[in-house]
Amino acid sequence: MSSFLSVTGLTRRFGGLVAVNQVSLDLHKGEIHAVIGTNGAGKSTLINMLSGEIDASAGRITLQGEDVTRRAQSRRARDGIGRSYQRTTIFPEFSVHENCRLCAQAAAAKPWAIWQAASRCATSTAVANEALRAAGLEAHAQRAAGTLSHGAKRQLEIAMCLATRPRVLLLDEPLAGMGAEETERMLALLTQLKASHAILLVEHDMDAVFRIADRITVMVNGTVIATGEPAAIRHNAEVRTAYLGEGH
Amino acid sequence: MRRLDPFLPLLCAVVLALLAPVLSPYVSDFVVKVMILSIFALSLELLVGMTGLVSLGHAAFYGIGAYATVLASGTEGGSIALLLPLAMGSAAAYALFVGALSLRTRGVYFIMVTLAFAQMAYFVFHDTKVGGGSDGIYMYVRPTLGAIDMESRAVQFYVVLAALVACYGLLALVRRSRFGAALAGIRVNEQRMRAAGFAVYGYKLAAFVLAGALAGLAGFLLAARDGVVNPELLAWHNSGEVLLMIILGGLGHLRGAIIGAVAFTLLKELLSTHGFVGPLADHWQLTLGIAIIAFVALLPKGIIGIAARLSPKGST
Repeated sequence: MSSFLSVTGLTRRFGGLVAVNQVSLDLHKGEIHAVIGTNGAGKSTLINMLSGEIDASAGRITLQGEDVTRRAQSRRARDGIGRSYQRTTIFPEFSVHENCRLCAQAAAAKPWAIWQAASRCATSTAVANEALRAAGLEAHAQRAAGTLSHGAKRQLEIAMCLATRPRVLLLDEPLAGMGAEETERMLALLTQLKASHAILLVEHDMDAVFRIADRITVMVNGTVIATGEPAAIRHNAEVRTAYLGEGH
Repeated sequence: MRRLDPFLPLLCAVVLALLAPVLSPYVSDFVVKVMILSIFALSLELLVGMTGLVSLGHAAFYGIGAYATVLASGTEGGSIALLLPLAMGSAAAYALFVGALSLRTRGVYFIMVTLAFAQMAYFVFHDTKVGGGSDGIYMYVRPTLGAIDMESRAVQFYVVLAALVACYGLLALVRRSRFGAALAGIRVNEQRMRAAGFAVYGYKLAAFVLAGALAGLAGFLLAARDGVVNPELLAWHNSGEVLLMIILGGLGHLRGAIIGAVAFTLLKELLSTHGFVGPLADHWQLTLGIAIIAFVALLPKGIIGIAARLSPKGST
């Protein structure tokens, strides 16, 4: 089966510490692949390696068959690997629309064309509108991003990621700090997005993960101890003792 | 008033052009000096205000532009068509070298590395025979181009004014372009820009080189006006002064850079005039320092912040 993003033997060492150890996984279109694990299990390091924010010490990352392990982060982003951040990293003083437009601009950069106004860039404006619509933020398009509610900022974080038109979405705790209603909206959005994207979801909200994930990988101390469908993971004895705790 | 706002800079330029013939030589000279410093300040605004790169070595490019002009004009003098691109090109070339290395650092390290490279250039001119050592060198004949002869005060005025308008216009275009939007994004959140797919280093380097070239333009004009250059042009306090100008005027606004250049130069002039402050004029550095501290403390958004505070919706 062809996968969008394929990872084999990915390892990251920080001095003597092995933060991520020999991780292999495949992300498929139409699938939400959740990665769970305790704090310090290496989930964020994994996302950082996949997006190119930090280099891998060993291993291989391929995007639809192409080796991208050595590519710079910005190049990988243009190639279709989009990510969101655990801590909201929007441009607070720009409008919500400009936040998305700027992200969309990366694909149609033409920085030398200084006689053209950025705000009249048809390509990036259209993509930004589309991303805002998908994330349900159209109504707030002209507001300064910093004035949005926490939940809306998290939605914007996803919209900005979508504005780069990724094939693969790496989402680092998109539900962090969200209320029940906002969580529902976000989950609906993710379910809708998986039709056209391969999604890797790092999340602490176990109820949400078991509800929407199609596949779950469990990490402990940088190592994958189990991968499988939610039902299988729920009943995996090793996972229960290591992470979920008895009685979950 | 709001409708008029975007045309205000152009209006100021037209007024200056019309006033030029009636200004006294002293005032005219002062205006030319301020206009050259405005170009220098605008070039740094591109780095600090637009891209968020605080450089403390910007005077190096200003000085290199000035030295290149004087050195290349030799004893015969030279054409503006040759000397101007040469001055801007030399400054841009050094900016490419400095930027390529210094942009690998950030924050306070970037400040220190740019300072170090500027001091390096300073000592090359100060301690070697390249540019006449610490005394500097004189220009025998000022640059010309057809009927434009920088020997004439009136011509100097209009050439410098035209350069200021061109520089302002270019940076205004950059600000509204995709390049400018990307620079603004880098200023606010570089990590996010990288994640969105921008080759951040390339953008910063391009801004750094452009800023260097524009500082070289200011250096060319200074050399053509003064007819003399010395190593002090590249000294760190010159880099510091231009940084003060844009902070004083208000970071993040092109007009702020010009207002800052005007305010700083006026302040310096007034505080060192005996007729104005009496014997305190001998201690202008002290009074200037206190004045700057007061300005920054009372107007955290610079002089341009006053306008924004008065009108409900700020200006650019």
